[in-house]
Amino acid sequence: MVQLNLPANSKVEKGQYYKDKTGSKNIRKVNVYRWDPSTNENPRLDTYEVDMDNCSSKVLDVLNKIKNEIDPSIAYRRSCAHGVCGSCAMNMNGKNGLACTKSHSELNGDIDIYPLPHLKVLKDLIGDLSTLYKQYESVEPWLKTSKVNDKENFQSKDDRAKLDGLYECIMCACCSTSCPSYWWNGEKYLGPAVLLQAYRWIIDSRDEDRKERLKKVADELKLYRCHTILNCTNACPKGLNPAKAIAEIKKMLATA
Amino acid sequence: MSAYKIIDHEYDVVVLGAGGSGLRAAVGLSEAGLKTACVSKVFPTRSHTSAAQGGISAALGNMGEDDWRWHMYDTVKGADWLGDQDSIEYLCKEAPAAVLELEKYGVPFSRTDDGKIYQRPFGGMTKNYGNETVQRTCAAADRTGHAILHTLYGQALKHNTEFFIEYFALDLIMKDGACKGIIAWNLNDGTIHRFKSHTTIIATGGYGKVYYSATSAHTCTGDGNAMALRAGLPLQDMEFVQFHPTGIYGHGTLISEGVRGEGGYLVNSKGERFMERYAPKAKDLASRDVVSRSIAVEINEGRGIGKEQDHVHLHIDHLDPKVIDERLPGISEASKLFANVDVTKEPIPVVPTVHYNMGGIPTNYKAEVLTLNGSEKTVPGLMAIGEAACVSVHGANRLGSNSLIDLVVFGRAAAKRAAELVKPGMKHEEIDKNETDRCLDRFDKLRNSEGSNPTSELRLSMQKTMQSKCAVFRTEKTLKEGVDEIRRPYDGMDSLSVKDKSLIFNTDLVETLEFDNLIRQAITTMDSAYHRKESRGAHAREDFPKRDDENYMQHTLSWCNGSKTKINYRPVHRSTLTNDVQYFPPQERVY
Repeated sequence: MVQLNLPANSKVEKGQYYKDKTGSKNIRKVNVYRWDPSTNENPRLDTYEVDMDNCSSKVLDVLNKIKNEIDPSIAYRRSCAHGVCGSCAMNMNGKNGLACTKSHSELNGDIDIYPLPHLKVLKDLIGDLSTLYKQYESVEPWLKTSKVNDKENFQSKDDRAKLDGLYECIMCACCSTSCPSYWWNGEKYLGPAVLLQAYRWIIDSRDEDRKERLKKVADELKLYRCHTILNCTNACPKGLNPAKAIAEIKKMLATA
Repeated sequence: MSAYKIIDHEYDVVVLGAGGSGLRAAVGLSEAGLKTACVSKVFPTRSHTSAAQGGISAALGNMGEDDWRWHMYDTVKGADWLGDQDSIEYLCKEAPAAVLELEKYGVPFSRTDDGKIYQRPFGGMTKNYGNETVQRTCAAADRTGHAILHTLYGQALKHNTEFFIEYFALDLIMKDGACKGIIAWNLNDGTIHRFKSHTTIIATGGYGKVYYSATSAHTCTGDGNAMALRAGLPLQDMEFVQFHPTGIYGHGTLISEGVRGEGGYLVNSKGERFMERYAPKAKDLASRDVVSRSIAVEINEGRGIGKEQDHVHLHIDHLDPKVIDERLPGISEASKLFANVDVTKEPIPVVPTVHYNMGGIPTNYKAEVLTLNGSEKTVPGLMAIGEAACVSVHGANRLGSNSLIDLVVFGRAAAKRAAELVKPGMKHEEIDKNETDRCLDRFDKLRNSEGSNPTSELRLSMQKTMQSKCAVFRTEKTLKEGVDEIRRPYDGMDSLSVKDKSLIFNTDLVETLEFDNLIRQAITTMDSAYHRKESRGAHAREDFPKRDDENYMQHTLSWCNGSKTKINYRPVHRSTLTNDVQYFPPQERVY
């Protein structure tokens, strides 16, 4: 008989409750996933009462306020604070996004903050993206051209426009970690983020390796685990459309 | 300090930082066959180069006649004659090849109708030594830094550079005045790593976070600069802090100068295009220091906009929405997100915001670190590039789009020089145990701080002091107060509180180490500013409104031991590198 158990330490327990100390009349409860690898304890959900009268507009501002004023031990990645570096990707009220561009006023009720789904958690809101990075490396994200002269490669405006909607990807992993296929087959399926990056090089008119690139991704697991669920496109905080990029690759393979 | 597990590595070269300059150096080093480690506290594409918007300057001449000498003149003038002209010559002459190389790497530059790299006008970039505007700034829409950073990371992967990602560097390992490597803390598993290297290249970026309001990322804490200070080396020209004229009011998000390059303009509460008064020729495309000061004057004289009359408006609503869509899409997105403004219909509220550090680790044009020992002298085994370095090509004020070109030109120069100095597989010296102990003592002491001052409070106090005492306009009084006040948060570290004692992703400790780095740079910035009694570029003294070439054609050098600084000077290089161009003697600087 198959034993169906959750892995050890996967049950999220009720954590600490940090009551407001400012006397604010405008309090919002923020529930944050916490896990410290240096203890043997289960993950927990800590609750912070946050004074929203003195808090800027984004979820990252809420987290910074908690870290600066209530609990410095809370761990998350953050850097640019305006949606270009991709560090602060996390799950907020059930949806992946960047904490620095997500307004807390768009979230209803308590704010629930979790790490990106289905990643190995390293600590609190910090997920392990090393598999995704290796997959990115596997699509050889560099221009392959045999031209060696001291002029630029010419590219028409129309050909350059084909890169729009692709090169803007900031590799935050919101899309891949929202994809059920990637959840179940993340080791083998490349996932929407990496496939979008693959397509960015496939479609670049300057690249001479299109055929090889296509051949490389034309794989039952690497590519065709995409079942057009479209969570990826829905999750992308930059408004890109990874599902379309994947569909384009499939189309190129079908018509090649 | 035997309590910490130490893992040793030996590399020919270690690059610290994986932004534009660090990655470009790493690519060159790997190409040269040197065993190279690239150590970074963030994954490479998270580096702050990603935030650069408008473009990268190079006299390609794709949009009309251009000449690298004109670019050089503009840079010298933009720098208010504080730049070293040998380095500036090198930068501008090498720039076109460096941009074409980026294109070959795959950077998705915007294109002209005939398929060449698109170039846009930018502040201070002119034709024929200060005449009409030239289109010199190569752009990938308004996401040029992002495009370059991702492309360079791809190149580093292609060349199999070894990355150590999410490693926080603690200190340089020094021996007899030479650098022998670095010590870093691996956030992923809490181990301490000692990297021996024949050359260490610091590429850790700027330290904008000493200010309260900055376009800089949270991670812009100048860690390499502080490591140099702790190693007993000086930082140069720290008083020169660039305020970008157009940060989004209330949030600080950068709005690219490219916006004005594409035809955007500033207005005050009276609806006047006030830049016409301050810079009759260049108007909204004057140098950043000039535009920032002009905005500050408008606000100080009561012509600011809003309830508090504390900002101005940037208009692009007169531009063709198609142009905005094609060339400034990121700006539209940021304005919507952070100012709730539809740029096709409304102006963007903006205010001068801390953006760039002209100062940093002094180097020559080969990226070798300099110190003063009687006269100028290189520090064996140590190089610095990018915003961390002070080459000095930007002098007292950097021109927009000159930073991205600085990254790649000097990233490449550093790799070239390292390849001359280091042969693959050279034997490493033994490292004195004291160096490791000294580093880990500081680490351990900070980690086990049990006092009452949270890092966040000390940081805030530092940031508020810098913001109020060392801003766009400075006086003897504000700076004197600043010199005293900025030491309070430093002294506050005597009773520091660090709650998290763990070693894996202890971001409480990371922020504390970053604060320890920031405060030393805040002190050197304030003290350097206090001692420079003239106005030049970004350093505007109300009590000394004129440039003083007789006394201050000199780079400030500041050493910092604890909160004690020592200030000294070295003369600005007054010659060019070759006879391809003549030295540009100081002139009055008008736009």
